[in-house]
Amino acid sequence: MGEERTMSLGLAIREALHQEMERDTSVIIMGEDIVGGAGSDEPGAEDSWGGPMGITRGLVGKFGHNRVRDTPISEAGFVGAAVGAAATGLRPIAALMFIDFFGIPMDQIYNQGAKLRYMFGGKAKVPMVVRALIGAGVNAAAQHSQSLYSIFTHIPGLKVVIPTTPYDAKGLMISAIRDDDPVFFLEHKTLLGEKGHVPEEPYTVPLGVAEIRREGDDVTVVAIAKMVNVALSAAETLEAEGVSVEVIDPRTLSPLDGETILDSVEKTGRLVIVDEDTPRCSLATDIAALAADEAFYSLEAPIKRITAPHTPVPFSPTLENAYIPSQERVVAAIQEVVSV
Amino acid sequence: MDIPRDKLLEIYERMVTIRKFEDRVHDEYAAGRIPGFVHLYAGEEAVAVGVCAHLSDADSITSTHRGHGHCIAKGVDVNEMMAELYGRATGACKGKGGSMHIADIDRGMLGANGIVGGGVPLACGAALTAQVQGTGAVAVSFFGDGGANEGTFHEGLNLAAIWKLPAIFVVENNRYAQSTSVKYASAGGDIAARAQSYGIPGVTVDGLDLFDVYETTGAAIDRARAGEGPTLLECQTYRFYGHYEGDTQGYRSREEIEEYRTKHCAIQRFRDRVTEQGLLGDDELDAIDGQVADAIEASVEFAANSPFPDASEVTTDVYVNYEEAI
Repeated sequence: MGEERTMSLGLAIREALHQEMERDTSVIIMGEDIVGGAGSDEPGAEDSWGGPMGITRGLVGKFGHNRVRDTPISEAGFVGAAVGAAATGLRPIAALMFIDFFGIPMDQIYNQGAKLRYMFGGKAKVPMVVRALIGAGVNAAAQHSQSLYSIFTHIPGLKVVIPTTPYDAKGLMISAIRDDDPVFFLEHKTLLGEKGHVPEEPYTVPLGVAEIRREGDDVTVVAIAKMVNVALSAAETLEAEGVSVEVIDPRTLSPLDGETILDSVEKTGRLVIVDEDTPRCSLATDIAALAADEAFYSLEAPIKRITAPHTPVPFSPTLENAYIPSQERVVAAIQEVVSV
Repeated sequence: MDIPRDKLLEIYERMVTIRKFEDRVHDEYAAGRIPGFVHLYAGEEAVAVGVCAHLSDADSITSTHRGHGHCIAKGVDVNEMMAELYGRATGACKGKGGSMHIADIDRGMLGANGIVGGGVPLACGAALTAQVQGTGAVAVSFFGDGGANEGTFHEGLNLAAIWKLPAIFVVENNRYAQSTSVKYASAGGDIAARAQSYGIPGVTVDGLDLFDVYETTGAAIDRARAGEGPTLLECQTYRFYGHYEGDTQGYRSREEIEEYRTKHCAIQRFRDRVTEQGLLGDDELDAIDGQVADAIEASVEFAANSPFPDASEVTTDVYVNYEEAI
């Protein structure tokens, strides 16, 4: 029966929020238009948005305005308030809408939330989640399409999670809420509609543990966020050519499960990293450095990184399509490294 | 407002502790025994003490780079504070924070803060916890005239106002943001008046008068605890030392500093008033002076005799530990 139950990744997140808010009254959620219609006299205005993708619709009816709060467009104010609330006993979830808006609350994130426990000699606990949409593919242009997760993985202390399946989305969100540290829970816009099996009961997917999405012997492909699907399609294509591709989805970018990646590279001897983020000082570069440091003598070919170009995200569909790493580029990169 | 006798004694003890602590840190720093950056609170004691005299450990405060006074006023242990300044393992933050990050969560001290205006949203968060959980606690954010020009100030006041958070925003207007005069940097010239924009009370307070601070804050806290929302207090005050230790202070005259030290010293004003009104006697105040001097001396001994942290401490207390993960 449970095996039959499928839902979208977005609704899996909603279910996780419902179940955790039900389980633990210290969990609250706040953000811009997460309810919608605040202050309007229009009948039916309340809950007319439920966040930019409708994911939080229905929460206010169940949990009330004390725990489900529309905020002003005031990212430093409410993200900082989430840090302060977390340090004093709540488990706040701050919904940042688009990750591109992180510049406004960045001080509260990297100088406050990320550092409190360390600066205070271990005394502070900051159990908070920041939700934000990431990724290109919907022609939202340069300020609503970025990935940017490498900026957060660079900051010591922040945990960064990106689910790519509905099952993981629910389990990772529950883990993120229960975690005692600040977690960035990043949702790729184009994955929210992905359908898959999601058990009804609450469950956790551990933070910091990668998932091998497809087993293979000839080459390891580490793919991030939407690129997991691109890599899986590429692997399918190459199977016909007799190339056996292992696809790893890190799921948590910080802490990164380096062990799973290195074990795989030691087995296959080849590594391709597929990342929609920009390439310089990025996660793709970091994973390449990790393999070069730790698995150099297992490598039979140079490491390849397939990433976006080092540019802002363009608007026009033809330009954006050229920007996002394509299945063709991934296939070509894999063919290149297995030919060495 | 009548302040109980015990409270008056505690207030005096805290103010003198701050003054003597800061004077001693000034000397220790000059002698090269304290590393890093230090910003001293001497002169502004009436603000931190007048506000925190109303608070319990359940109430939260956020502080600034000039945070020693807020720590002492909120009851943080001076031995642990001095040891932290010395960078020792016995410090309030195990030597990992230093002067600008002293915190004691159990006492509701959510940290000094190296970022101007950084504490304002944090205080909103602490007030949000109190409101969501219905604890009756309040949160106070201390920041300077410089902090009142940060975006976080405006975002914090707006958020606290629309949600009627039990928060009190205390501007310590000491007339200079680093070397820049408030006359240059603060449009409108009246920081308290900014409260009007958010529909909350804004009150200008003589921050060198403990009684004015105590009374005004008491009303603001009563209002916050009653669920009536936040208040902005602009406490006009003065710092006796430079912006940081080592500041040559070319932006203000020696005469100005001397005038504040001699004619507008908050501790002397408090003392004159309580003795003139017969509330406290010189002998008991002198006794406190002596006890505090001993406590400060002991804190320096404690700090100087404490071990430095072990190098292995570099990688502890961070949320993500890559030594284990990789």
